Amino acid sequence: MADDVLFEFLHMEMVSHIYKEQASRGEMDKDRATCVSALEGMGFRVGQGLIERFTKDSPSFKDDLDIMKFICKDFWINVFRKQIDNLRTNHQGTYVLQDNKFSLLTQLSSGKQYLEEAPKYLAYSCGLVRGALSNLGMDCVVTAEVSPMPS
Amino acid sequence: LCRECKRLTILNSELFTLTYGALVTQLCKDYENDEEVNKQLDKMGYNIGVRLIEDFLARSSVGRCQDFRETADVIAKVAFKMYLGITPSVTNWSPAGDEFSLILESNPLVDFVELPDNHSTLVYSNLLCGVLRGALEMVQMAVDVKFAQDSLRGDNVTEIRMKFIKRIEENLPAGDE
Repeated sequence: MADDVLFEFLHMEMVSHIYKEQASRGEMDKDRATCVSALEGMGFRVGQGLIERFTKDSPSFKDDLDIMKFICKDFWINVFRKQIDNLRTNHQGTYVLQDNKFSLLTQLSSGKQYLEEAPKYLAYSCGLVRGALSNLGMDCVVTAEVSPMPS
Repeated sequence: LCRECKRLTILNSELFTLTYGALVTQLCKDYENDEEVNKQLDKMGYNIGVRLIEDFLARSSVGRCQDFRETADVIAKVAFKMYLGITPSVTNWSPAGDEFSLILESNPLVDFVELPDNHSTLVYSNLLCGVLRGALEMVQMAVDVKFAQDSLRGDNVTEIRMKFIKRIEENLPAGDE
């Protein structure tokens, strides 16, 4: 069984590699979007794969809220080593999951200048969630935002 | 393990394996040939290794190794166990004591992986070689690491061959290659 920290190191290096590669191929405008979508796409396939094995012998969920609770607890614990801190919904298909200490961002410094870089480190995770939800029967769009912690 | 715990454990241990698989797939798309993919995996492994060593030293409280034999034991019994949950055996020492093999009965990276036909020279787990090389460089050892046998390519076991090149005297800064 692979240690949690291996995933974090691998993830950091993947992000770094994808961006270095794009930089060396020129076309600055397309860069960001292509990198983000490559990472998101990888996350999507892995998210699907994780759910395929997980739900083999467990009961199916009774509704969307049940699925979201699974994502906030079991899924988040296993992938990001903790539960979601806060879940909000407008009961019309939008859910907001709040993680106050996202494990893949804690290695980054908390200065304001790094806020701009944060999306690079969220693309893969958005894909993971989108892939997981897709295999659980929910087609959706997953976006992420980072706001600074209050000082 | 109770059924709940077992279920949850499965999710977690596969995250790294599946992520690695997605990475290799992506690299195969981005690069024209297996050799290039192998090179990229090695480079990325190196970048991970130079950082992973700090995590290892902090968590294992292993002291400085006296010789290459001790290094081999630490790699097999402490590092591999800590990070991949397996303990390869250390064998095939060269007469000079500067080269040995790690034999892995199972390789967690390749769970559920099958190499497609047109990738016969792909060294799927090459990241591991880079990690070992990068980590050892940070403790002043220049080594050459490569796969001698690969269960993905039909061999019975997976064998990693490690050769000690030389001691690195100065503290070179860790750079990305």
